[in-house]
Amino acid sequence: MKRWTLFIPFIMFTLLGLLLWRGLYLDPKEIPSALVDKPFPEFSLPTLIGEELKTQSSLQGQVTLVNVWGTWCISCKVEHPFLVELAQQGVRIIGVNYKDDNDAAIKWLKDLGNPYEYSVDDVDGTLSMDLGVTGAPETFFVDVNGVIRHKHQGVITQGTWAPLEKIWLSLVEESKQVVSQ
Amino acid sequence: MMKYGLLLIALLFSQCSLAIVGGHEYVFDDGTPLENETRAQLFEKLAVELRCPKCQNQNLADSNAMIAGDLRRELYQQVKSGSDGDSIIDFMVDRYGEFVLYRPQVNAMTYVLWFGPVGLLVVGLICLVFIVRKRKQSETVSQNLSIDQQKRINELLEKDKGDDHV
Repeated sequence: MKRWTLFIPFIMFTLLGLLLWRGLYLDPKEIPSALVDKPFPEFSLPTLIGEELKTQSSLQGQVTLVNVWGTWCISCKVEHPFLVELAQQGVRIIGVNYKDDNDAAIKWLKDLGNPYEYSVDDVDGTLSMDLGVTGAPETFFVDVNGVIRHKHQGVITQGTWAPLEKIWLSLVEESKQVVSQ
Repeated sequence: MMKYGLLLIALLFSQCSLAIVGGHEYVFDDGTPLENETRAQLFEKLAVELRCPKCQNQNLADSNAMIAGDLRRELYQQVKSGSDGDSIIDFMVDRYGEFVLYRPQVNAMTYVLWFGPVGLLVVGLICLVFIVRKRKQSETVSQNLSIDQQKRINELLEKDKGDDHV
């Protein structure tokens, strides 16, 4: 028996330890979305205000954030001021009002400001199910062709925006190239 | 027991089948009695095998999350209208990813998961065979000492005996 073989259990223990140690810092709630790089699912839903029928084609032509929200969702209230700020900076945001009470939702937008170009009323959660939404808030980054490019679970605030802004800017840059072609 | 037996007989002859999942009753009555029974069984099987995407360590049957309720309803409607298991699983995977499967599909990403334990067992068996062989070898070596070696042993033993008396 060679001397070094005695170290095999120690090496295996170290490797296993490293694996588990790394596992401590992974977020199990972060599930890769099945929809990234796929076209935004088809939908035909009325807007919350004005009850105008919208479909997935209304997303095309401009880079869009699709934000899933509800008045029942506490974190949505946390990110709301920042969304208003983003909208003021010219970021196009479309809302999906997820299984909500319409009156409460309209009041919410009146009281807290409306960052959305429009919100569709997903009262049965059908669009949200097609989007693979597991809770609110969730935000989808949709490119100029209506393809989902990134999904963000959880709130968007000043603190979490930095890496998202990079994605946003790259999509905007891409859209300029598409237009110039 | 008698009560359940009667219920079972009643269900066998009735036009609908019943599945009880997560404390709720689900009635299947869109097809023939046989179809309804297989659908009820499929529903029970999938509700246990599909994972709630929100509360990650529970299946659809156990979870109280809003999304789990929605998915149970969707699952029920699809099974009731006669969709087969594969198309329902595809529907879920398209939306929530492979993550929702408690029984993951066999593909390049899950080979380690499926075949890893068998692989480890094989490696263990190979090691065992090697170790056993090596032991046998060393035993046979010790049995076949050369004449010179035997002579030297005898000498040493003699010497040892002599030393004892000192």
